[in-house]
Amino acid sequence: MSETSPDVRWNRKHLLSLEELTAEEIRFVLDTADSLKEVSTRSIKKVPALRGRVMVNAFFEDSTRTRTSFSLAASRLSADVIDFSEKGSSVSKGETLIDTARNIEAMGVDILVIRHPAPGAAALLSRTIQCSVVNAGDGAHEHPTQGLLDLYTIRERFGKIEGLKVAIVGDIANSRVARSNLWGLTKLGAQVILVGPPTLVPRAFEKLGATVTHNFDEVIGQVDVVNMLRVQFERIKSSQFPSVREFTRLFGLTQERFQRCKSNVFVMHPGPMNRGIEISSGIADGPHSGILTQVTNGLAVRMAVLYLVTQAV
Amino acid sequence: MRNQYDQADVARMVEQLVAVIAHEFSPDRALNIVGIRTRGEILAQRIAAGLATRGFSRLGRGVLDITLYRDDLSEIGPRPLVRPTKLDFALDANPTVLIDDVLFTGRSVRAALDLLSDFGRPSVIRLAVLVDRNGRELPIQADYAGIRLSQVPQAHRVNVRLSEVDGSDEIVVEPLKAADGPKPGGQA
Repeated sequence: MSETSPDVRWNRKHLLSLEELTAEEIRFVLDTADSLKEVSTRSIKKVPALRGRVMVNAFFEDSTRTRTSFSLAASRLSADVIDFSEKGSSVSKGETLIDTARNIEAMGVDILVIRHPAPGAAALLSRTIQCSVVNAGDGAHEHPTQGLLDLYTIRERFGKIEGLKVAIVGDIANSRVARSNLWGLTKLGAQVILVGPPTLVPRAFEKLGATVTHNFDEVIGQVDVVNMLRVQFERIKSSQFPSVREFTRLFGLTQERFQRCKSNVFVMHPGPMNRGIEISSGIADGPHSGILTQVTNGLAVRMAVLYLVTQAV
Repeated sequence: MRNQYDQADVARMVEQLVAVIAHEFSPDRALNIVGIRTRGEILAQRIAAGLATRGFSRLGRGVLDITLYRDDLSEIGPRPLVRPTKLDFALDANPTVLIDDVLFTGRSVRAALDLLSDFGRPSVIRLAVLVDRNGRELPIQADYAGIRLSQVPQAHRVNVRLSEVDGSDEIVVEPLKAADGPKPGGQA
């Protein structure tokens, strides 16, 4: 094979945030994911790219989708997978995060996938240990692979991202998904509208290039994509949050509100859903919903990320 | 040994490959023509077109991206983009002709064979290359070759250029440039 076009478009050993990526790097991940999606359609759903490599899932917060998705992605690339969880580990004996990570690394790990309640946890570890670090959610800071899979799903649906209007609705202030989406979408040329009550959608987000509104009905008819965030009861201080019923009435994607959306509107949700609170069940399961497609695409995107971070030179 | 072959030479070599493949397989039976990306894919298209004009009516056409199957990932420098593999036909029990531009170390072909076996079990796999050059690192040989070059210095590279991606057809044997990355292994 005499392919001699090693256009260096990816040379990162870690994936910590979408804030740090260029538009070109984001597209490179999405294009790689496009190619890797095919692997999951084969009768033997595996490629040998990461044979002999070890990925550790280190989750210091609960997760269903992300953790399973990373495990499966690593398996499809033939990497070995170790699951580490805080419960039942020496963390409960008082070991620090850095010591825990160093000890895991000392066993010969190539990729550390970390979810942690502290913003910057993944970045901290990337400066401390030698292996690749992938941020699977650090507090309310970022969730880059969720951002990438949302971008991938939108691009797949519309064939482009540039020029689209995307509403992200709900508890923006406490949402790492919102931040990663905001960085990624604005870098790729979409217009982002953040929607929610003033306590959960501070005007400060306008500095990052988004439009902020506290009136969902004002924008509902204009947007191509509605990304409904989960109401994070565990992160919300009660004084910031109206009553659940009031939230649903003002910011939930109800059937009534859905009627006023564009006819080809695309509805997304990062999961887990609070059915009947931020999104009505009929819409979540309906033809405009991309929610399960997001999960399917998440696998291909995480395969791309795991592959790329291990190939950086 | 010549160091350069032009468009007419390349056309002649492709026609020769078409003729020998047509001779070996029956035009009425299924035959899959699978190219290794990038230039093997283009050659596969040309060869399939040639076979079609010779009455081959049941041709399957596929393309392999072997990036994820290479054993020399760390040696070939920064990653090129992984592109899709497409095999939209029944691989099992039908013959497959695998096509690449240059056979050198044999590592690309080894990777392609691994990839094919993940998709199924062809009745037979044959290897056709435009240029069969010396420098094998694995026990892999070409069944059909447009030209065989056995005296290429190890530090030289055989560059196949095809009009679809390079503007014109030619084969050039030239000293390795630093920009080509560490060799051997990168070109196979």
